[in-house]
Amino acid sequence: MNPEPSTVDIVIDAVSAVFMVVGALMSLAAAIGLLRFPDLLTRMHAATKPQVLGLFLLLASIGLQMRTFWVWPVLLVAWLFQLLTVPVSAHMVGRAGYRTKHLHREMLTTDELEAVVQAATQAAREDSADSPHTPMTAEDAEIESDAESAAESVGKPTE
Amino acid sequence: MSRQRVSLRQELPLLVWLVVVWCALWQDFSPGNLLFGALISVAVARMFYLPPVELSGRFNILHAIPFALMFLARVMAASFQVMYFAVVRGPRVSKAVVAVPLRSHQDLLVTATGHVLSLIPGSLVVEVDRSSSTLYLHTLNVDDADGVAKVRREVRDIEARLIRIMGTREELEALQQEATA
Repeated sequence: MNPEPSTVDIVIDAVSAVFMVVGALMSLAAAIGLLRFPDLLTRMHAATKPQVLGLFLLLASIGLQMRTFWVWPVLLVAWLFQLLTVPVSAHMVGRAGYRTKHLHREMLTTDELEAVVQAATQAAREDSADSPHTPMTAEDAEIESDAESAAESVGKPTE
Repeated sequence: MSRQRVSLRQELPLLVWLVVVWCALWQDFSPGNLLFGALISVAVARMFYLPPVELSGRFNILHAIPFALMFLARVMAASFQVMYFAVVRGPRVSKAVVAVPLRSHQDLLVTATGHVLSLIPGSLVVEVDRSSSTLYLHTLNVDDADGVAKVRREVRDIEARLIRIMGTREELEALQQEATA
């Protein structure tokens, strides 16, 4: 250790200090979000976003403090894996959570998935009951035509 | 093995990625370690066989770099936004589930769009309909039809950027026609 740190050292120390404090703040934000948000899906926002940035900042400050080039690829790989896995886990929890009592439908201002899930549940029930003669209600027909028009609008641009 | 063999060209990005991970973990990019990593990655790719990812065959680095920078900026914005909602709004924040039909039917592009959306402000993928390639997003701070339309526009904009980076030629042409129309 040098008795007198150079200006570069001071700058690097200051930057990594800022990164660490902000990164820790992000983890704190995630924790506050988990406590304050009312339902599962909203909490998933708090669980995914701030900590990705928090981890990035903490890894960056490690990289700055280690002062070797060889540590950067490890940190980058660690962060990339975080980027790849966080949305997947959030999606799986959200997907399962949507179909349970933890979804508070009355809190949603718009819900465009409900009709689709209900139609799929209905179709599954009809399949398992093996009763093809169940009359189709007007609501079902509407859902089906909606799904078709959505499929059409998606299909067009790729032609 | 009854499964179709993938060409080396299709497998190459996976192999390169495995070598990079291997060398990063050893913190050693010397020629010997690179060679040994390459041998191990070929063995892993042969033994643990996964369905090949269909690449479109094009990758535009000029569009990718601005997108990566924008993505980093949006990730930061997202974190501070969630922090703000958590501390200030708390339970009173408004939420909605929005269906967004995408243009592309490629698995890789739909996955990439979903990943980016989950990490940028205000949206989280709840459900994916692969047959119609529709994403169902849980969004924060959406009160009315205007907000829903805004979310849809943003999502399709991000998908357009990703198509410009790595979509197929047909998708790119469709996108350009859409822009001129």
